[in-house]
Amino acid sequence: MSAGHLRHAGWIRTGIVAGLVGLLELACRLGWLPRRTIIPPSEMVSELVRLLLRDEYWGDIQATLTSVAVAFGLALILGFAAGVVIHALPRFRRALDPFLATYYAVPFFAFYPVFIVLFGIGRAPIIVVGVLFGVVAMIIATLNGLDRIPKALTKTAAILHLSPLDTALNVKLPAALPYLFTGVKLSIAYAFIGVIASEFILATDGIGYEIAYAFNNFQNGTMYALMLFIIVLVTCVNAVFHRFEQRLIRRRSR
Amino acid sequence: MRRVLDTGLLIVALGVIWHVLAISTSEALVTPAETIQRMMAQWRNPRFLPHVLETLNAFGLSLLFSVVGGLMIGLPLGLNRLGRAVAEPILVSIYSLPKITLYPLILLAFGLGMPAKVAFGTIHGIFPVALFAMNAVANVAPVYLRTAKVLRLSYPEALRTVVVPAAIPEIVSGLRIGFSLTMLGVIIGEMFASQRGLGFLLMNAIGLHDIATMLSVILQITIFAVIGNTLLLWLDRKLKAKL
Repeated sequence: MSAGHLRHAGWIRTGIVAGLVGLLELACRLGWLPRRTIIPPSEMVSELVRLLLRDEYWGDIQATLTSVAVAFGLALILGFAAGVVIHALPRFRRALDPFLATYYAVPFFAFYPVFIVLFGIGRAPIIVVGVLFGVVAMIIATLNGLDRIPKALTKTAAILHLSPLDTALNVKLPAALPYLFTGVKLSIAYAFIGVIASEFILATDGIGYEIAYAFNNFQNGTMYALMLFIIVLVTCVNAVFHRFEQRLIRRRSR
Repeated sequence: MRRVLDTGLLIVALGVIWHVLAISTSEALVTPAETIQRMMAQWRNPRFLPHVLETLNAFGLSLLFSVVGGLMIGLPLGLNRLGRAVAEPILVSIYSLPKITLYPLILLAFGLGMPAKVAFGTIHGIFPVALFAMNAVANVAPVYLRTAKVLRLSYPEALRTVVVPAAIPEIVSGLRIGFSLTMLGVIIGEMFASQRGLGFLLMNAIGLHDIATMLSVILQITIFAVIGNTLLLWLDRKLKAKL
């Protein structure tokens, strides 16, 4: 396959996605899919525009996004720090391995009610769940990144008599960066999952809460509009990170 | 052996931390001992086992769909550069969507019960399996593929005898992530879309604020997941060592 074909990949992808959305629209309009199950994508969009023009949901959007941002930031810092510490303790790390590998099978948002008792009602317990979900992806990525620093680089740093701080900042960090970035990308995806899942369970605001509320009250229009909002938002955030990562990888292979 | 001992020590340490936390936050948590007592009480109750079997059943089916479906998507795409270039961003973005958002859609489409849980487990597990399989196949040394061509192997033959064996360690890594996420998906599905299973018991316990049952169920899910993952991790290491 020539590189020429690959240049068109973006267009083909756009075509496929547009085709699928068009097919869904058609299936809804022709009544193949019942209205009580799903509404046409065009109605989701117009409903979303209508909702965003009114003030009703901006508070929820703000609450959810703020929680995700705080949880993501904390997960990055804590995950990186924990990763560095665990990497320095190989015996502890080997013992920890099976738990890190299984971590994401455990529905940690089930602890949300416990956190409500511990941290009170409000955004704090939701943020804690977001951090819990995001932090381990960052720990795993940090361990992986530190593992993959080429020996030649650390040896060169030793020969050049770089101080430990200089070695860490100017040699180790850049070498581990692409792997760290994988963790960053996963962390934000998991922070979203943790925050929205908690909002589904017991919250009093946030987009997750509003989707569950609309579902329980048979407001399919509102529900699908808000679901679309989350999907588009998360896809855009991921796309930005993905692009950034590609650039990092390209710069590295040069 | 020392490794097992270390993990054992870690479990004891975690138990001690849990115990101290439980004592210092009287209302929010119960101690490990109380949780294990509750677990034993649950197993003595004849109504508990059907919930466990229900969850295992849903998990088994979801895992089957995730693995078969994921490989069917991932293997052919990995062999086709254009297909991979087109599909990868789509798969990656679906993989990282908070799929819990989709639970109303799944409920409306499948109704309450087994099909909804299996669908929920499958949408969690299928994409990581597909992504890992795709990248595993794409990273197979071109020399193997050319050899398959020279030997005039048919497409299915080449997949079965050359591509999959060469890519198997990475495929197993994908299965491991698929295993965890399928588990998570099934439990979430049960929490929101079911009247049976461990996830339902968990949601019920959350509603009743029955901390002992909550922790007991979470602990059992964790134990099951750790065992499954450790087996796959062991298989993973073994396969990688063979290469």
